Amino acid sequence: MTEVLEPTRSNLSKRSPVPKESWISQLGDGGFRGITFLAALLTASIPFWMCVGIFKDAYPAIAKFGLAFIWTQEWDIDKTLFGALPYIYGTLVSSAIALILALPIGVAVAIITSERVLPERLQIPIAFLVELIAAIPSVIVGLWGRFILIPALQPFQDFLYSHFKWLPLFNTQPIGPSMLMAGVVLAIMIVPTIAAISRDVFLAISQDLRNGAFALGATQWESILFITLPTAASGIFGSASLALGRALGETMAVTMVIGTANDISVSLLNPGNTIPALLANQFGEASDPLHIGALMYLALLLFLVTLAVNALAAVLVRALTRNA
Amino acid sequence: MSDLFAPLPITKKLFNHAMNVTAFTLSALALIPLLAMLWAIVSRGVPHITGDVFSQLPAPAGMKDIPSGFGNAIQGTLVMVAIAAAFSLPIGILTAIYLNEFGKQSRFAKTVRMLVTILSAAPSIVVGVFAYSIIVIPLKGFSALAGGFALSVIMLPIVTLATEEALKLVPNSQRLASAALGAGYARTTLRVVLARAFPGILTSSLLAIARAAGETAPLIFTALFSQNWLEGLMSPSASLAVLIFNFAMSPFPDQNNLAWAAAVMLVGIVVFTNLLARWVTRTRLKPS
Repeated sequence: MTEVLEPTRSNLSKRSPVPKESWISQLGDGGFRGITFLAALLTASIPFWMCVGIFKDAYPAIAKFGLAFIWTQEWDIDKTLFGALPYIYGTLVSSAIALILALPIGVAVAIITSERVLPERLQIPIAFLVELIAAIPSVIVGLWGRFILIPALQPFQDFLYSHFKWLPLFNTQPIGPSMLMAGVVLAIMIVPTIAAISRDVFLAISQDLRNGAFALGATQWESILFITLPTAASGIFGSASLALGRALGETMAVTMVIGTANDISVSLLNPGNTIPALLANQFGEASDPLHIGALMYLALLLFLVTLAVNALAAVLVRALTRNA
Repeated sequence: MSDLFAPLPITKKLFNHAMNVTAFTLSALALIPLLAMLWAIVSRGVPHITGDVFSQLPAPAGMKDIPSGFGNAIQGTLVMVAIAAAFSLPIGILTAIYLNEFGKQSRFAKTVRMLVTILSAAPSIVVGVFAYSIIVIPLKGFSALAGGFALSVIMLPIVTLATEEALKLVPNSQRLASAALGAGYARTTLRVVLARAFPGILTSSLLAIARAAGETAPLIFTALFSQNWLEGLMSPSASLAVLIFNFAMSPFPDQNNLAWAAAVMLVGIVVFTNLLARWVTRTRLKPS
């Protein structure tokens, strides 16, 4: 007489359809969740770790110079006197030039790649090509800027000097590398950011708004200028803030075309310097703790400013995409 | 009837044409630098690519007629990108799994997401300063390890954010089906979700690697540079990106030419990885 197997709980689990893989079973759900949680914790801690680590090494300079660091001009490694103003000034001016040049170009690219000025089969490749610029490593943009762009734009710089030298902005003899060239190179690098985000914003705007404008007799460009652009204004502003964040922190391309000057000059045709360029040039050779501290202090300021600019951009872009 | 089809006033027509011309001119201005850059890299770099550039060390500045190349820089870039990938891929993918499979919309997960976004916006030079502060200063020296660590901090947010997007695309019904067959969270995620999201994760990893290979700012004062082959992870290392920077700033035309040749190599690596990433998505994402 054979024993009849009752379908009890224990029998069922013996015929479990799930093949046993020892390492997953041993890990268990709790263990797996724990490991992913630890990874998330580690990732999330890095920004804090960054601030604390940089602050710790910046402390000698923060303690010695305090906030006056920001508006002091002298930077003398031998006398260990450090003031950041020329570099803060250079960072802000080069980024401002870049924004002024890149904003109309980026918005124009966004318009022709999203509005009905061009057939779609042309729009997509143009948008792709413009975004390709962002994939080129910045050291290569710098290489090109130094050997191709600067010689090519030298006649333009000479022209500005010879015809507009009565303006303080252009009153020095251009020698090639300059604050203006840094601004132009930065503009080239941030156009893709402005174009891509503005394009997304334009595409998110309801077609009904444009149709309404057409129904009232607006031409294509009247609809773009008086309907699309005002509706997208905060999104465009957000894209400009993101681009500004990128321009402020851009290092290699700027370092290679700005020349190196350690004083403030109003003339854009003079060489200048920026915070990232200074860090790139001096960190490798810095040995004095106060010198390293001053460079760390600059890096900390740069990090905090880019954070603030990016937070502003996030708020602006989110506000618009929520409304649309 | 004629009112209904009145021709556009001439001023409006002119205005429309003028705006078209303006927009197209400005857009052309955006594309010219790209084409000029690609042309310059090809025309200035390709003539200097010989067998030597891959196998030889850079010749000392100003020396003529001896073989010169950047074999050590290729080696250094590969080693440091590998270190960066070894750190950032597992941590980034696990973080993304936590965010999408466990944390979801909890307050902790939202905070982590915000911090990852902050990290992705940090200027790359600041990441270099961070690596300098926590590796170069304590270990008292520039090293390939410090360079690799800096690159991994660059890659981590890219991998995390893109992997989470890939995981979001996995239909929830597949998770439910797996759970209904008796699999727990661990088995469902590792055997079902990851398998389905694999092409997307591979693409994001490749894009992050391409980005890290082209970074210079985090390497100049962490890995520094070296004229020789890599002596170990604790010693300074050459890299293509830093070589381009150093040799572009050099007054010697021979070194400038080598910088252009290295630019061809670096753009080649970046473009190849990007194309590979696109190809992976195209072939592997097709519904089977």
